[in-house]
Amino acid sequence: MSIVRFENIHKHYQMGAEQVRALDGVSTTFKKGSFWAIMGHSGSGKSTMMNILGCLDRPTSGQYFLEDKDVSVLNDNSLSDIRLKYIGFVFQSFNLIPQLTVQKNIELPLYYLGWQADKSAQRAKELAAKVGLETRLNHRPAELSGGQMQRVAVARSLAAQPHIILADEPTGNLDSVTGKQIMELLAELNAEGTTIIMVTHESDIAAYAKNRLHMKDGKIENIE
Amino acid sequence: MHQSRFVRNILLGIENLLLHKLRSFLTMLGVVFGVGSVVAMLAVGEGASKEAMMQIQKLGSNNIIINSIKSLEDDSANTKNARISIYGLTYFDHDRINDTFPHVRKVAPAKLIRKESRVGAQTLELRIVGTTDEWFELVPRQILAGRVFGEKDVQDFANVAVLTEFGARKLLATKNTIGQPIRIGGDSFVVVGIIKSEEGQAGNLQIPDQQVDAYIPLSTIRKCFGDLFMKTAAGSRIREIVELHQIIVQVDAIEDVESTAAGIERMLQNFHKKKDYEISVPLALLKQAEATKRTFNIVLGSIASISLLVGGIGIMNIMLASVTERTREIGIRRAIGAKRKQIIIQFLIETVVLSTLGGVVGLAVGIGIPCIITYFSDMPTVITLGSILLPLLISVGIGIIFGLYPAVNAAKVDPIIALRHE
Repeated sequence: MSIVRFENIHKHYQMGAEQVRALDGVSTTFKKGSFWAIMGHSGSGKSTMMNILGCLDRPTSGQYFLEDKDVSVLNDNSLSDIRLKYIGFVFQSFNLIPQLTVQKNIELPLYYLGWQADKSAQRAKELAAKVGLETRLNHRPAELSGGQMQRVAVARSLAAQPHIILADEPTGNLDSVTGKQIMELLAELNAEGTTIIMVTHESDIAAYAKNRLHMKDGKIENIE
Repeated sequence: MHQSRFVRNILLGIENLLLHKLRSFLTMLGVVFGVGSVVAMLAVGEGASKEAMMQIQKLGSNNIIINSIKSLEDDSANTKNARISIYGLTYFDHDRINDTFPHVRKVAPAKLIRKESRVGAQTLELRIVGTTDEWFELVPRQILAGRVFGEKDVQDFANVAVLTEFGARKLLATKNTIGQPIRIGGDSFVVVGIIKSEEGQAGNLQIPDQQVDAYIPLSTIRKCFGDLFMKTAAGSRIREIVELHQIIVQVDAIEDVESTAAGIERMLQNFHKKKDYEISVPLALLKQAEATKRTFNIVLGSIASISLLVGGIGIMNIMLASVTERTREIGIRRAIGAKRKQIIIQFLIETVVLSTLGGVVGLAVGIGIPCIITYFSDMPTVITLGSILLPLLISVGIGIIFGLYPAVNAAKVDPIIALRHE
């Protein structure tokens, strides 16, 4: 069963007089429960693909079905809702909110879902325990190491029980040991049934994924 | 649930403001001084007008005051004797007002004369008002010693005199003077009492206390001195006949004041060839004073609101900077799934919390300043519920108005760009 289906997705930008075709007719399908690595050099269109996958951006043309729902036609408000309920993000630079504690950062999606304070606190504690940070709940991001921050980000991405986790170079800012730990955590989540789509340019990181998709010049080069 | 989210939003706003304590405090100052000056100015304005109104009220809101004035057109041509000017209110006016108008409760006449007087060794020209016992009821004054004269004294043409505080001071009279003889003109009177003088009366409508040294019964004045008044000044002699200088009319109910005043005006028009009288209605003055007060408040309010405006712009400026600074945070929130509306609400609440807090502190400042003013000077200040609520409302409004633009700016941030923002 497919969770994501791209049908002839184009994304064009106007850069001065030149038109850049960041995505040039991409059609692909990702199955539920799969673990994909999207690979390619910079400028290959993998970031644009990630933005569209994450409903942060809309394609210029083509259709994007998320669980058979055409999200390429939705407005900003509905896209926010899709991001909240379907998608969890893990970024290269962690993107935690510096003034919030670990617990509040994990709770953030639940806050926008309108959960009760005590219920979401409970969930944040469970998730912190899952990523091994139950003792750091009241710390602020600045007091954590890079690996710990990325764990918080993973816990946050899981809070709203998303259907897909999108990881954009999740190990890019980490040393190889902590990077490996994060990848093991993601692999573990995938083993529990979460669909994971990851963007990376490192082949040893991509090796954790079950499938790999290579991008070049806005087109799919090959799939393995 | 919805409410708890609102409370959480406010707490989040306070938390964010506390991250930059000095900046938040400085931003708040604009509103603090704005609200402070509005409250203080309203209090001073309210105090000033209240004092004016109290003075007018002292004249009695039920009263109508009629004064004799020397008409401009008056002179030789109209009078039989070119050397004597005859003008003003008459004894008949007094009686007619008393008899004609159903709503008139009391009428007090006043006739002002100057006579050479002597108590013991002191000889002075005294300013004397001849009146009836009603005067002391319509113009109540504290009795310092002895008594004022009553109905019987007036009926009996009694030779009694009541000194005012001023007159007593001039004549060096004390409590011991009560019962002592006083010579006024060629006649002998007995001092029966001393009454307190009040300081200035609004607009000097009523014969001011400072201009009166003694009161004696009107009947006695007429018997002893007649109505002709002579004065030698600058080589020419002035001869005047003014029967009454003032009539104070008390009406039984406030609603009847204006109609009675109009009636008196019509009646006097019929009996006076010239306009040698002037009718003043303290109630009308009161209404006028209230209108003046409103204008005054509007003017003061607009001046003070300029400082509020400046405070609001200060807030907007800082919030715009804060939005730029927190672009990344906004991007994260948007990526996670926050709607534009929720970002707007978050920033708006921060501004409103800031401005409202400023409003509350400003209120304290605004209440403090008038208290200090009143303490160090005699200027009265009045703080009304309205002058507290209005600035508070305004400060919340400032938060919303000046917070809206930065908040909308924040919501417009493109999450993709915002996430790349350093």
